[in-house]
Amino acid sequence: MSLPDRFRDWFAARGWQPHPHQLALLAAKGDTLLIAPTGGGKTLAGFLPSLVDLANGGEGLHTLYLSPLKALTADIARNLAAPVSEMGLKVRIEDRTGDTSSAKRARQRVDPPNILLTTPESLALMTSYPEAPKIFKSLKRVVVDEIHALAESKRGDQTMLGIARLRSLAPGLTVTGLSATVSDPEALAAFMGGAEILRADPGPAPDIAMLPTSEPPPWAGGNAHYAVPDVMAAVAQARMTLIFVNTRAQAELFFQQLWEANPDNLPIGLHHGSLSREARQRVEQAMAEGALRAVVCTGSLDLGIDWGDVDLVLQVGAPKLVTRLVQRIGRSNHRYDAPSRARLVPANRFEVIESIVALEAVQARDLDGQPHGPGPLDVLCQHILLTACAGPFEADALFEEFRSSGPYQTLTRAQFDACLDFCATGGYALKAYDRWQRLMVRKGLWYLRDPRSAKLIRMNIGTITDPEQLNVRMARARGGAPLGTVEESFAASLEPGDMFLIGGRVVAFERLREMVVEVQNTPRKQPRIAVYSGVKMASSLQVSHRVQALIGEPEDWHRLPADIRDWLDMQRRLSVLPRAGVLACESFPRGGQWHLTIWGFAGRNAHQTLGLLISRRMEAMGLGPLGFVTTDYALMIWSVDPVDDPALLLRADTLQDGFDDWLAHNSLIKRTFRSVATIAGLMQRNLPGQRRSGKQATFSSDIIHDTLRRHDPDHLLLRITRDEARRGLVDYDRIEDMLRSNPLIDHARAPHVTPLSAPLLLEIGRVSVDGEGRERMMEREAERLMREAGLA
Amino acid sequence: MTRRVDFAGQVFEARPSGALWWPELRWLIVADLHLGKSARMAARGGALLPPHETEDTITKLAAELDALPVARLVSLGDAFEDAAAPDALRASDRARLAAMAQGRNWCWITGNHDEKALPAFGSVTSEIHEKGLTLRHIAETGPDISGHYHPKARLAGRARPAFLVGADHLILPAFGTYTGGLDCESAPLDTLVGPGIALLCGSKILSRPIGHQTARRRA
Repeated sequence: MSLPDRFRDWFAARGWQPHPHQLALLAAKGDTLLIAPTGGGKTLAGFLPSLVDLANGGEGLHTLYLSPLKALTADIARNLAAPVSEMGLKVRIEDRTGDTSSAKRARQRVDPPNILLTTPESLALMTSYPEAPKIFKSLKRVVVDEIHALAESKRGDQTMLGIARLRSLAPGLTVTGLSATVSDPEALAAFMGGAEILRADPGPAPDIAMLPTSEPPPWAGGNAHYAVPDVMAAVAQARMTLIFVNTRAQAELFFQQLWEANPDNLPIGLHHGSLSREARQRVEQAMAEGALRAVVCTGSLDLGIDWGDVDLVLQVGAPKLVTRLVQRIGRSNHRYDAPSRARLVPANRFEVIESIVALEAVQARDLDGQPHGPGPLDVLCQHILLTACAGPFEADALFEEFRSSGPYQTLTRAQFDACLDFCATGGYALKAYDRWQRLMVRKGLWYLRDPRSAKLIRMNIGTITDPEQLNVRMARARGGAPLGTVEESFAASLEPGDMFLIGGRVVAFERLREMVVEVQNTPRKQPRIAVYSGVKMASSLQVSHRVQALIGEPEDWHRLPADIRDWLDMQRRLSVLPRAGVLACESFPRGGQWHLTIWGFAGRNAHQTLGLLISRRMEAMGLGPLGFVTTDYALMIWSVDPVDDPALLLRADTLQDGFDDWLAHNSLIKRTFRSVATIAGLMQRNLPGQRRSGKQATFSSDIIHDTLRRHDPDHLLLRITRDEARRGLVDYDRIEDMLRSNPLIDHARAPHVTPLSAPLLLEIGRVSVDGEGRERMMEREAERLMREAGLA
Repeated sequence: MTRRVDFAGQVFEARPSGALWWPELRWLIVADLHLGKSARMAARGGALLPPHETEDTITKLAAELDALPVARLVSLGDAFEDAAAPDALRASDRARLAAMAQGRNWCWITGNHDEKALPAFGSVTSEIHEKGLTLRHIAETGPDISGHYHPKARLAGRARPAFLVGADHLILPAFGTYTGGLDCESAPLDTLVGPGIALLCGSKILSRPIGHQTARRRA
């Protein structure tokens, strides 16, 4: 296809030239993967073939656009409205997400628009309706936006299974993937099931540096309070600034701090995934209208949202992945030909080192990437159940359909049969559910035994298994204004009067009513912070090794600011300095517990494995380990009693004893099981506000896990769980390698937390250890509470 | 390790399993066995849970009956997940239950789940009155001993099934395997029991206060 005159004139009228990759995509035949930097008109490129095809009107659903973010679909709908109306195209474009009203969704099932903008979860839901063949039979194109982001998680596998379904319903379908710069485009094309790769001009090198600050950063912490005046000054000088912060809690805190130091009352907004839909939409609207000077945001704005005239990106906190940093930089400056401007604001001194190293990696265009493993089977189980909701299916045909999707090309028939058996009978060695099979087979067709179960299955759609969320509302008036959500474990820790931050304001907890957290406004300014565990981002091994090299070589410290040099010097005086060939360990007491940090620089997965191995040894030695946390650089483990000699823990000959049994009882594996069991449909997902008080909560996945392990250790879900947990761990060989290449163990006992260990105390993603130590802590707490109540 | 419980002038023993022992009368009291839970979920088109919880619960109960000279077993209701559960038990489970009931008085108090269930043995009633207190499914006018809420309590961030002991009510944790729980500090348990104490099940029974006025440390 070439560009019709009507389109050429439209570009010309705006003083624009179509980009070469936009024209190339228009001419492409078959499935294509477009790799273009943000600001490169990637989205318009994706839609151009559809708009051209539909220019003279079309019947039914023509193009399905999938994006990882709800906010993106609304944004795209807005952006497309302009060219469509200006060219007078008769194209109906609508979005459909979890936020769309049920009336509109019902209408879309009967009368779909020409272009439907939606999310992978909404696609999964739509393909589960009996009307799916009718809705999708006219479909010509699927556009998957930000496909690099989807491919990082199980949502990508679900998306590809959904597309395989669409190909069966609409033969001849063309799929276009749109991706930001990635390290391995071929792997991404394979993930799409094979596609031609189209590379756009990467544009000029970004203008990226550290933000100069008047104060040095603190030892630890993630909120960068010290830099607030400098950030305000940078915002005042720019037209529009995006301020990226790594977690929701940090976003809340930083937003509040900015407003406290905002002499000119510049309009600054807040955007993150735990805010209510209304709050997010207000900020999105204000951005689109150019009414804001800055937005503090998290990953919710991370992906290609083209709002406003962003000319500066600030990254507060360490940019964990170099790729992510590059993508965020792309957010600044729409104009493709001008370099993007970005400044880094490390929140603590360790992050200064990380940031300097990341900058060097960006300049060297040294991108990191994680290979996408074969498609996980829990997602496949969910998809089988959803397929059954749409109507009876043939097993052979479904197997072939799955095998046609990229992530499942190596699926074996045995794996497929095991998944089908799990969906139908539960897959237990004990055949207990002959009468109550979920799926039955009749005349070669599989169907739902009880049509009522379709509703339950649809409620469980999706592969995101966040911790349970509870809605937060203002109390007083019935149905007070919704403010957002907090994690259930946080809500459970609140007492009436406790204050926390949400949506940029401090509120006081009043009560929990019918699983809604009711709050009051409060004039006070000292909140507890809402805890969101969020997604823990791993740095790449490249960054990790660069950091180790820099810390361990004082001769290279001239690359660091003076305050960081002093800080490392203090570490050297107080404790040990990690260096090549040495496994540096440090112990210190804190909060009535002992902490041990082991500086392995072997990556998070290796440290996670080491954490499991060592906590088991410590349990055996009666030291009462309580938990551990890992980063790409180190493992920190805390216990009731101190470790006197880490060398005893790290002996290669005993380290692995009893590991499998320990692993099976660990909270890491139980957490993985919970997610797998929810996705596969064994556990029902609890939606915020769905549960009511006064009723027992659903039973815990831990009990299901333990029961299954006792009676059916080879069950499919346990196998999936073990495989998945192992992906977050490394082979024991890698640990042995680490011990061999660092033969010296240097252990220091510091009087208190050390400069390097300080940031670890605030790391998220802690793994708790359930052993004697936990019992002892519970006993202590019980005694304290009884004493305080005057009962003991 | 068990824990002595003084309630309404009587002496009881809270057991780590979640069962309550009344030594003077040699009664063993358990609540909320929920036998047949996985089968009921499956029958309604829900998830197919590991079909082992009934066997697990019976095994746990058998261990208590072996350990103590039980004259009478009292189930405080919701022993069965629904009316169909007694008939739907696997033959092996049914045989073990019947064997356990041999030579003992066995009483099923009805709960909201098993009001219409017809167990193969034992007597069925809605309440038992003994020594000035009432045994029933849901707490009403005290002093009474009841179940229903599946109470749990938290210590050092961990929630465990718990006995709740207040002035008027003694509430037992659920004995069954697939039973969730309700935190002892949420409604209506906080007002039913507080001020009182929770006894957390576990290898060692730990106690903590509920609803006492204390100087709370603020984070």
